[in-house]
Amino acid sequence: MAEQRKISFIGAPDTNPEVKPYWDACNESRLTLRKCGGCGKVHYYPRGICPFCFSTDGNWINASGKGKIYSFSVMERASPPFTMAYVTLEEGVTMMTNIIDTDFSKIKIGQDVKVVFLDSDTGQKVPMFTPV
Amino acid sequence: MSLKGKAYIAGAFEHPTRKAPDKSVAQLHAECAAGALADAGLTKDDVDGYFCAGDAPGMGPLSMVDYMNLKVRHVDATDVGGSSYLMLVSHAAEAIAAGRCNVALITLAGRPRSEGQATGTAARAGNPAQPDMMFEYPYSPTVVNMYAMCAQRHMYEFGTTSEQLAWIKVAASTHAQYNPHAMLRDVVTVEDVVNSPMVSTPLHRLDCCVISDGGGALLVVKPEIAKALKRPLVKVIGNGESPKGQMGGMVDLTYSGARYSGKMAFDEAGVKPTDMKYASIYDSFTITVLMQLEDLGFAEKGQGGKFVQDGNLISGVGKLPFNTDGGGLCNNHPANRGGITKVIEAVRQLRGEAHPKVQVPNCNLALAHGTGGSLGTRHGSATLIMERE
Ligand SMILES: [Zn+2]
Repeated sequence: MAEQRKISFIGAPDTNPEVKPYWDACNESRLTLRKCGGCGKVHYYPRGICPFCFSTDGNWINASGKGKIYSFSVMERASPPFTMAYVTLEEGVTMMTNIIDTDFSKIKIGQDVKVVFLDSDTGQKVPMFTPV
Repeated sequence: MSLKGKAYIAGAFEHPTRKAPDKSVAQLHAECAAGALADAGLTKDDVDGYFCAGDAPGMGPLSMVDYMNLKVRHVDATDVGGSSYLMLVSHAAEAIAAGRCNVALITLAGRPRSEGQATGTAARAGNPAQPDMMFEYPYSPTVVNMYAMCAQRHMYEFGTTSEQLAWIKVAASTHAQYNPHAMLRDVVTVEDVVNSPMVSTPLHRLDCCVISDGGGALLVVKPEIAKALKRPLVKVIGNGESPKGQMGGMVDLTYSGARYSGKMAFDEAGVKPTDMKYASIYDSFTITVLMQLEDLGFAEKGQGGKFVQDGNLISGVGKLPFNTDGGGLCNNHPANRGGITKVIEAVRQLRGEAHPKVQVPNCNLALAHGTGGSLGTRHGSATLIMERE
């Protein structure tokens, strides 16, 4: 297990209605995604307008919180080291994240992971992933 | 409208400095401009179009046109990171073809080395209004770990090895030994690269480009003006540009925008990758080169590792001499933006003015390609094909 680095958050979800529901759900330890009512596709990061069809008829859905590692890099130069990753969720979208609470030398592409929520410096919880 | 042959590169200048603590960024821009004008045999008063990108201090073209006291009738400040300056050559060609200017000056300069920037290894806090910022910054994306994820995925899908990536640095260092201005002039081996300290898996320190102060400038001119000057004629015959992002969450790290910009440029020029005598390929990291070579069509997708190994990129040794100035990996990456030096070395090759040890014989067709921003998130791709007339 590696030491967890401090997480810095930028931005103010409270004054950004487009994404406030996403960050509020994170604070309740729920990962949500945006699903389009026009084309039916899920996208990431969440937008008020669908990046596939430009429909504004979107809905928030609960994600399963499960996914697989699409790619990763252990930032050994950092102190403490951490693992940057893209995780492909069961819902089909790929999100940037960190892999935590594991032996970084054993991380593999394709590995099953699940979401966990960590506190950032502003108190906003941030979704990260850990091996199942 | 095709831009083929509508503009020539008449002046090219790379600032010799690699560390400039005693100069301002604006001053470096202007020194580069003066260098390119002297190279072309033109004067400041001939410039009627000015082009710059995000490295230009202040309000881009307004600040720099005022500093240099230019009298121009056309400006453009397209900022797509390190690929900007290749794209600006195309935009200058467009402006010239449309009659908006005759002599287009492009400048780049910066001092990340003197300013002590942790260019590749620190997460950059941007404007909170940048729509992706909240969804990425908490995870500490850095330049190097984003490119590293592309390398990791490439290795997983295609079996690419660290040793193959290392060959790219070996080729760059083999060329850099002949460049007196290069930051790193020692020839390195594959073992040196893979045994250098790991920065972000699987990229080692020697997989990464240098951090240097400096800059460069180009003069893109209309055909009649190029032909009246005394310099060898370098004609722009192919142009392509393409941004690529995360595609709404359909992230695919196995290819870059070069897939699109390269095809556009080759189609416009009416030539193919095997016709190229020389290629300047953006080398922020070794993986950047490998992916671009595949996407531009020099190697099949997934076969880039085999293509670059055993010295295939070394001038006089391999089939595709690349970055004969030493590139960003060894020579220069001014302002953390290597696009302009890619064009400059291609111009040297086409003029026959590269160092004799790396000059490609009868170099009449060359490509320059840039990738700007972050390969792993959002990047710009720009391709130029140039011919010596
Ligand atoms: Zn839609």
